[in-house]
Amino acid sequence: MIRESYLNAATLALLVAIPVWAMSADEPFTITLMTRAVVFAIAAVGLNIALGLGGLVSLGHAVFFGLGGYAMGILAHHAQTYTAVTEWPFLIEGTKSMPVIWLVAVVLSSLAALVIGILSLRTAGVYFIMITLAFGQMFFFFAISWAEYGGEDGLSIYVRNGFPGLNTLDPIQFYGLCLALLCLVLAFAWRLGGSPFGLALNAARQVPVRVETVGLDPVRLKLVAFVVSGAITGLAGALFADLNRFVSPTMFSWQTSGEIMIFIIIGGVGRLFGPVVGALVFVALEHWLGGLSDFWHIYLGLLLLVIVLFGRGGLIGMICGREKVHD
Amino acid sequence: MTDAVLQTKGITKSFGALRASRDISIDLKPGEIHAIIGPNGAGKSTLIGQICGTLKPDAGSVHLLGQDVTQEPTRSRARAGLGRTFQISALAMEDTVLQNAVLGALGAAGKPWRFFGNALKDKALRETAEEALERVGLQDQARMRTAELSHGQRRQLEVAVALTLKPKALVMDEPMAGMGSEGSKILTGFLDKLRQEAPILLVEHDMDAVFSLADRISVLVYGEVIATGTVDEIRANTAVKEAYLGDEA
Repeated sequence: MIRESYLNAATLALLVAIPVWAMSADEPFTITLMTRAVVFAIAAVGLNIALGLGGLVSLGHAVFFGLGGYAMGILAHHAQTYTAVTEWPFLIEGTKSMPVIWLVAVVLSSLAALVIGILSLRTAGVYFIMITLAFGQMFFFFAISWAEYGGEDGLSIYVRNGFPGLNTLDPIQFYGLCLALLCLVLAFAWRLGGSPFGLALNAARQVPVRVETVGLDPVRLKLVAFVVSGAITGLAGALFADLNRFVSPTMFSWQTSGEIMIFIIIGGVGRLFGPVVGALVFVALEHWLGGLSDFWHIYLGLLLLVIVLFGRGGLIGMICGREKVHD
Repeated sequence: MTDAVLQTKGITKSFGALRASRDISIDLKPGEIHAIIGPNGAGKSTLIGQICGTLKPDAGSVHLLGQDVTQEPTRSRARAGLGRTFQISALAMEDTVLQNAVLGALGAAGKPWRFFGNALKDKALRETAEEALERVGLQDQARMRTAELSHGQRRQLEVAVALTLKPKALVMDEPMAGMGSEGSKILTGFLDKLRQEAPILLVEHDMDAVFSLADRISVLVYGEVIATGTVDEIRANTAVKEAYLGDEA
């Protein structure tokens, strides 16, 4: 058994080494693939707070991913067409600035998570899964029918949005930006896990009645976790749209929700680096197996089966064993 | 009656045709251990549920420190000073013993909204938690995973978590259940002293413990309190003998 901290460090080292190699070998596509994995990982770190810490099996995180995507798409679309997003009640103009877009993405997805959370957390178990799925589908069909922003075809953004001091069109610079954000959300998730809030949330997942008996509200703890979780996934959505310079209703689809969850299950539910390992493995399989056969999902399914049946802690659980308890 | 810490007034609860609580009025006075005994299915768990707020009575009211808390959820009653231990341990099994105790301290302090800073390194929380663990004799197990504790140790931890709340009244649902005779003797000694700090409403099957600890005993049969009195009164009560004690008394 390898210590989990070593595995985490090795994963981080890979995240740095592969793109550096790709840059020197002049393989920009590899950098793009890595960026895809890193952005997926951010989305999954978000979901892992709800799922791993809070035990909330949300099949609706595509809502936040999509909102982040459309926040970028809509703002950038108006900026590139020199039109206003709205002139009433006050003028809102489009923007090509990443920090502003991120802020809008995070605020929008937090608000959506708050509303969806308040309604969904009245239920539990299978009903919670179904109601979050239903919200996802609502947003999906809304996006499809929103002709003003491309409907089913989505929106293309011609030039990647800007970040002060960086040339975001250079793959390695954009990758570095995404990796920095991943490190930030990982640090946040790590701190959260050991914090008073994390401790209470952890207990609310395991024994809500105990949390209630010490005078705390387990549902409110889970709601806050759901909002934080949605905000991070929303940020990832904005990055994903910028990576592809394209947004479409697919970002809102239930397959997207499923994929974000699959990253976590592959890597290890509740493990800090579970989302990172999962997203890397997923993107690698998608690339290599997808190149061999259009039916690569069969192999993904087999991998998932093996992991769920034999390694409850995902790949990290198989390699490192049970999670070490915090001191 | 006015000085009761915890009191029920005529609480009644039915599940369909089953009347699980019939007009139950009991109280818990400062410094006492009031035991509730009764055969299986007498409605002890239903009574506890209503006192702690997991069940709402159909009629009647529950009072804590003179306040009517009938409509209050469990967490408000906990914040008002009602500590509880469960018949089947309700602990975060994946977490350490210390983490479970810190959770109690966190609830008592009412500050779970900090996202940063390690909960286990918070001095105030940790002191409260460690003091409670020490009192029940679990200080050496603090770093163990709760799932690795023996059955008896889990019961001790239940008590410790309740203590972190600095409770004004305690409701204990069969704290001795499944404990060896040695463990139950130690816990009996502990509860004996604890009553001065917080009076205890004790639901217990272990008759030796009940008779040695209780200041008063209420006997619950078919959802009804058929007698309340001191140990001697209950031992002498013929209705109780018939209904419950049989040849045990």
